[in-house]
Amino acid sequence: MSFEFFTSALLASMTGATVEEVAREHGTIPEQGGIYLEAGIRQICDAMGVTLLVPGWLLITAMLLIVCLLVFGFINVFALFAVWLERKVSAHMQCRLGPMEVGFHGALQTIADGIKLTAKEDIIPRLADKPLFILAPIIVFAGVLMRFVPLPFGQRLVASDLDLGLFYVAAVGSVEVIGVIMAGWASNNKWSLFGTIRTATQMVSYEVPIGSAFVAVIACVGSFSLHEIVQSQSGWFTQWFCLRNPFLFVLAIIYLVASLAGCKRAPFDLPEAESELVSGFHTEYSGMRFALFFLAEYAAMYLVSAVAVVIFFGGWWSGIPYLDEIGLGARDSLAVETAGLLIKAGVLVSKSIFLVFVQMWVRWTLPRVRLDQMMHICWKVLLPISLACLVGSTLWELMAGGSGLFGLA
Amino acid sequence: MPDIKTEEMLLNMGPQHPSTHGVFRVVIRTDGEMVLESESHIGYLHRCFEKVAENNNYLQVVPYTDRMDYLCAMANNLGYAETVEKLMKLQVPERAEHIRVIVAELNRIASHLMAFGTYGMDLGAVTPFLYAFRDREMILKIFEKLCGQRLNYSYVRVGGVTFDMTDEILADVERFCEYFEPAILDEYDQLLSYNGIFISRTANVGVLPVDLAVNYGVTGPSLRGSGLKRDLRKDEPYSIYDRFEFDIPVGSGEMGTLGDCWDRYMVRIREMRQSVKIVRQALRHLPSGDFCDKKAFRGVKPPKGEVYHKIEGARGEVGFYLVSDGTTKPYRVKARGPSFSNISVLDALTSRGDCMVADMVAIIGSLDIVMGEVDR
Repeated sequence: MSFEFFTSALLASMTGATVEEVAREHGTIPEQGGIYLEAGIRQICDAMGVTLLVPGWLLITAMLLIVCLLVFGFINVFALFAVWLERKVSAHMQCRLGPMEVGFHGALQTIADGIKLTAKEDIIPRLADKPLFILAPIIVFAGVLMRFVPLPFGQRLVASDLDLGLFYVAAVGSVEVIGVIMAGWASNNKWSLFGTIRTATQMVSYEVPIGSAFVAVIACVGSFSLHEIVQSQSGWFTQWFCLRNPFLFVLAIIYLVASLAGCKRAPFDLPEAESELVSGFHTEYSGMRFALFFLAEYAAMYLVSAVAVVIFFGGWWSGIPYLDEIGLGARDSLAVETAGLLIKAGVLVSKSIFLVFVQMWVRWTLPRVRLDQMMHICWKVLLPISLACLVGSTLWELMAGGSGLFGLA
Repeated sequence: MPDIKTEEMLLNMGPQHPSTHGVFRVVIRTDGEMVLESESHIGYLHRCFEKVAENNNYLQVVPYTDRMDYLCAMANNLGYAETVEKLMKLQVPERAEHIRVIVAELNRIASHLMAFGTYGMDLGAVTPFLYAFRDREMILKIFEKLCGQRLNYSYVRVGGVTFDMTDEILADVERFCEYFEPAILDEYDQLLSYNGIFISRTANVGVLPVDLAVNYGVTGPSLRGSGLKRDLRKDEPYSIYDRFEFDIPVGSGEMGTLGDCWDRYMVRIREMRQSVKIVRQALRHLPSGDFCDKKAFRGVKPPKGEVYHKIEGARGEVGFYLVSDGTTKPYRVKARGPSFSNISVLDALTSRGDCMVADMVAIIGSLDIVMGEVDR
């Protein structure tokens, strides 16, 4: 998609036609990604009676930048919120109040902490591998950021709806592992090294059950596109993939467990394991570099939750058709359409935040597993079950002919 | 595959490490995550208690005993006071004896709560720690009302206790017992003791056979976790412990092997129930009268001689050996800190080749050491 998208943009700039026209000509769907954005902007401008004189490629470049910044901004705002939420959730679970001083119930605490972190001395240990040490947090953060590209925030609200979206999410996830390994190795600290080896073991292992959960969903939809996957879950909430057949239900749980390990959260927080490894691979990091790891962790938490929502829990569909139909009618006004989009975005984001909350809930309840137990859970429990469920789910699809447990949509 | 060669790494755990419970250092030789051998190093918190004690009079030594096992200071106060009293053949008023038992058992609960909380934290569960602190706070508040101190009480002194327990404090103790047992202890069991991950982390880990424990002089809950029913409160009753009815919980290998970390942990949880039982009985039988021997409080001068006395602290046998030359200052004080003996068994537990780095933390936590007492 992205390749076609750039070709279309290039063609458009050369021929002077709109990207939408070029895209139609070349058989790509204008309702997706940047092309949709461009078309949307032109529509809005037409509706307001403004003529746009900007060439298509410039518009799209600008839009691309804006989309990047929007996603980046979302991650930052979410991280600010999630850190506060985590502190509040943990505090209330532990009979404490948590931050209360800065802002209403400590709402601005994270901002204050962020300012503090930027003002901190940036320490690079003398014996550290300096270039790698500097590069590592950037790569970790970039690795997470890249995974946000095909992730929808609502219907039509997506940076770029790649045709291989789900595959891309799984594939690019490994970039983060490289960054973590770099961080641990470059720190020249034995504790960091321990954390690094644990991370490599853990994240690579848990990609396998996550992958089989993905494949089962893909087999049901017949597309890798996250947009398509959500579209095929419309209707009542019984149409969500987690309820499509019993195997997918199990796979949803497996995905949630494995995703906890994937973003190094308790009970799989072995890479950080503050009581064993001081603080694992980021022991030597301070100031803003540490903050980047922190940001990446919270962004990854949102990401795995949002992917879970998209592939198993109906994405932007609220599960109540009356609510979902708002703004989908052919003759709806722009305002109603916008309201519908906003509702859907709200549904998706709040479902994801609920799953993030579940992750926090688990973290503050359970002890940590040991390395060998972690591997045992992955290879001897999750993987066989997920493979069996993959076969089961695929057979179900064949037998039922596309019908779920609760019938066709 | 004998061809694959792995490289060993020497890892320095401590003296500054989140899970060594103080300034304790273990040098571990690791092969990947496996610990091949460990070597403990102590002495980072040495404060010359025994030498200092020689230069202070008998009453002035009491605050130094607080600082040995600062999580269970009442037991140390009690041990020292009873040793001097034994030397002087001094009889303490009945009321003081009861108050001593009450505060010693409350302090045992507070100490076990700390052990429970930090053990959860060692294994990655942070919430039990704060639950334990919530409840420990109630005990500390009682002590604060009683003697103005929250940690280093110096409350039990030669000849009695420093302040009387008012009705208000007695009501507080009663309320704490009602609150704590059984509801809160059941909550702990639900949250941590019978949690699947917790059991898998502690069962069959750090198995301490009873003969090894005895050989190393391990005492207290760590010894009882190995299945030996040895508790000075029952075996060699001191103070008025022979008047109370309570059980000695011992490990039984319920979840794994006898003497594993889970057994040691569970002994502490079960001991808290027994301590509440003792406190309730002592409250019921608390007589009125003096709470101290006023004469002894002004200064003591024991006769020439020597004495060894031991009591059951929260971590094991707290013993004091006193030599008196008939002056107001002790000629020699030797203290036996149970943590010192208990930690000495660590190397034997972790050098068997079946221990991982994460188990190391679990084993240190299950021995429940206080470095102030190890180094004194």
